[in-house]
Amino acid sequence: MNQAIRSAWVVAIGMFALVLGSLTFVQFFQAESLNTDRPEWNSRQLYQDFGRQRGAILVDGRAIAQSVPSDDEFNFQRVYEEPELYAHLTGYYSLSLGSTQLEQSQSDILSGTSSSLFYDRMVRLFSGAGSEGASVELTIDPQIQRLASDLIPDGQRGSIVVMEPSTGNILAMVSKPTYDPNLVSGHDTAVIEQNAALLNEQPGLSIYSNPATQSLVAPGSVFKLIDAAAALESGRYDARSEIPNPPALEFPGIEYALPNFVTGGCASRTTADLRFALEQSCNTPFAQIALDLGEDAIQEQAAKFGFGEELSIPTQVIASTFPSDLTEPELAQSAIGQFDTRVTPLQMAMVASAIANDGQQMQPQLIKSIRAADLKLIESPQPEVLRQSVSQATADQLTDWMVNVVDNGTAAGARVPGVRVAGKTGTAEVSETGDNAWFTGFAPADDPQVAISIVMENVDIPTGQQLTSPSAKRLIEAVLNR
Amino acid sequence: MSDVLTVPRSRRNVELALLVLALAVAVGANYLAGTGREEPFSDYFWSQALTLGLMGLFVHGILRFRAKYADPVILPVVIALNGIGLAMIHRLDLAAAVNPDFAPVAPQQVLWTAVAIGAAAILLLLLRDHRILRRFTYISLIVSAVLLLLPLTPLGLEINGARIWISVGFGTFQPGEVAKITLAIFFAGYLSTNRDLILLAGKKIGPLQFPRFRDLAPMGAAWLVSIGVLIFQRDLGSSILFFGLFMVMIYVATSRVSWVLIGLAAIGAGVFVALELFSHVALRFDSWINAFSPEVYERVPGGSHQVVQGLFGLANGGLLGTGLGGGRPDLVTYANSDMIIAALGEELGLIGVVAIVMLYMILVSRGIRAALGTKDGFGKLLACGLSFTIALQCFVVIGGITRLIPLTGLTTPFMSAGGSSLLANWLIVALILLISETARRPAPTGPMKDSFPEALGVNGKPVKKRAEREATR
Repeated sequence: MNQAIRSAWVVAIGMFALVLGSLTFVQFFQAESLNTDRPEWNSRQLYQDFGRQRGAILVDGRAIAQSVPSDDEFNFQRVYEEPELYAHLTGYYSLSLGSTQLEQSQSDILSGTSSSLFYDRMVRLFSGAGSEGASVELTIDPQIQRLASDLIPDGQRGSIVVMEPSTGNILAMVSKPTYDPNLVSGHDTAVIEQNAALLNEQPGLSIYSNPATQSLVAPGSVFKLIDAAAALESGRYDARSEIPNPPALEFPGIEYALPNFVTGGCASRTTADLRFALEQSCNTPFAQIALDLGEDAIQEQAAKFGFGEELSIPTQVIASTFPSDLTEPELAQSAIGQFDTRVTPLQMAMVASAIANDGQQMQPQLIKSIRAADLKLIESPQPEVLRQSVSQATADQLTDWMVNVVDNGTAAGARVPGVRVAGKTGTAEVSETGDNAWFTGFAPADDPQVAISIVMENVDIPTGQQLTSPSAKRLIEAVLNR
Repeated sequence: MSDVLTVPRSRRNVELALLVLALAVAVGANYLAGTGREEPFSDYFWSQALTLGLMGLFVHGILRFRAKYADPVILPVVIALNGIGLAMIHRLDLAAAVNPDFAPVAPQQVLWTAVAIGAAAILLLLLRDHRILRRFTYISLIVSAVLLLLPLTPLGLEINGARIWISVGFGTFQPGEVAKITLAIFFAGYLSTNRDLILLAGKKIGPLQFPRFRDLAPMGAAWLVSIGVLIFQRDLGSSILFFGLFMVMIYVATSRVSWVLIGLAAIGAGVFVALELFSHVALRFDSWINAFSPEVYERVPGGSHQVVQGLFGLANGGLLGTGLGGGRPDLVTYANSDMIIAALGEELGLIGVVAIVMLYMILVSRGIRAALGTKDGFGKLLACGLSFTIALQCFVVIGGITRLIPLTGLTTPFMSAGGSSLLANWLIVALILLISETARRPAPTGPMKDSFPEALGVNGKPVKKRAEREATR
């Protein structure tokens, strides 16, 4: 009998072995796919994420987004301070809408599940401290951010980006219209959906994206900086080159003609050097440069400034585009920032930054530091060179000309007493009702501290001029006096 | 018959030390479950700690005086399992407390624990020697039949499609759980009495010796019980359990693989017929194979929602687990009874749940060790059958939860919420402890007082001659 009992034992142990094997399979080998493959069935991740004390998003040491204890089944509620000022940066952390912007891109860090927090997590596990995410401190300067926000009137759609050319650190990034992310971050999904529907009815507002990095607008004349860079880099143009400056550029065989701006100062000369063409923002010389250099050369120079490439700062930045396969009139229009040329407001700040920084383009950066729940520094992004956009000589030459634009030309509103300001304005005709008004530039020209990109969408020309260059002046003063 | 040597030592102090360790684990787990809600020292904490501690020490004391050679590992292992189960049920109560209509399960389970351990203690005190049970072989059969039929009477209750409960004043009871013991007693008694007959007769075909047709009668009876439970009570789990119990006992009694083959063929046929005839069995199979197809997942009833949620829970726990109170085991339906292993796997991780399976493995191994050590066939069959049933039950439950086999509604021994299962399993522990006592007790030494033949006998029964012993190997 004992032999049979031993056999029974072997069978029993065999059954235990099978069970141990299948537990190991499920909990170890299959775990990851089970955890992630079916979010629509597996609400665990959601409950877990929302039940966790998520780290704060900080500006100058003050939390603009943080998790506070709540007495519902999620234990914590995400709360946004000065919500409308920072909405496009923080995004939201919503039960039914998911998460956006920093809440999305920094989710692993904020929730404490990032692999860079492994050590911290182990310490907390063994010390019995509850799980708490790391906090993210931004490069934003709250005063500049506030000022930039005040410079866009309510009801006006527009964006302002202020960055440090030498580091890529973003000091301010605002867009209007804005919204209150608290409205979509509650724990009642019906309320969230109702609020989201109401917000999305507001003209010009999308709660799903940050216009400064995720909307494409026509750049108009600020794109001429890229034409000028391409001209200098080609070696075929220099400061002495004289380019014909007809009031309108005609194309053989079709009726279309590309005109200079009627009321501007361009009409005073029939030929223009690049300095004058930039100063008065004459269309026809730049159109001719583009036709002379060809589509590929402009395309290439645009790419050297970052066109055609998505970025992570670490929120998503969509790629700005310069069109391809163009006919001559299309190329001429594209070269003055019309037709299908489209940029993000951040892209133009990056162009100004690259010129300011001796042609070296820095990776734009929103994050100053990441700290674990015990305030230990986990990570602090170092300035990172993206690429050499133009040679130093080209950058110096462009800087000179841009200073001239402010001193004598279209960007006169940006003048700051005692400071050499470099700038370029732009007006892109987008519809019957209005234009996009642009300013992009930097200051001081000899030691750039700040690069700025301002765009006001769908405004009449006088309003646009009022809301761009003078705003740049105030931002430059604010940065230089801080 | 016994060729295993046992050092005759009491080992009660080892048991006491292990018991303290087990209590530390169980009470510690309960403390951690409570910290999640910042009330670790609630009334419930003390009632769990005191019930387990006092009842464990009580049984330990009984063993010290009444069965001092009983296996020292079994009691601590079972106390640990029972305690971890209580902690998890408590933890799930805390999660469910958000719902105002919710009535806590844990205090009732503590009460059941006290009742179950008390019943085990009474059994230890009253029975003293398991061989007395052999006298009740046929009474056990009748009791089993009554217990199994009870749910089909007007007393019975149907819950979730299975008719295995009866209502007893203050709550519900699953008579099938206790029938597991009485059936084991009947099989052990019947087979130990008739094994010689069954063994010697029969045709030999090839290497296998097949039994005579009429000796198949008890197997037929077991098959009928299993299929009857499946058809009338719609309880696949218990059905498998009863049949497995019988199979292992008849195999141990006869050492014939042929019986196992016949048994497996019979159950295979039974399962096939059940698949064809009963939609709920077919649905179970479907939700096992196609668990992740959307229409199976969303089907109500008979869908795979429960097993898939259980898998999500296990996966969420991963290797280390979320820690007690850190996961969401409450998202799985029946997390505190049928699916408690998924809850434990989520919060204690693979490491924790493997430790729990190891505890079961130790428990089963010690039970089988008792079967090897005891000298009477009845005790061997009973200990082996009951121990194997625990292993089989773990296999069916955990295999079902991990989708190794179809999910069947069975309790996890000692851990799941539910009084009848707890009571029955504690009674099984008492029986195995008694059998281990006879297995480990030293042979009487000292001057022989009685007459020669009796002194050689074991507990009053004459010993078989050596030639006979060889024949029955």
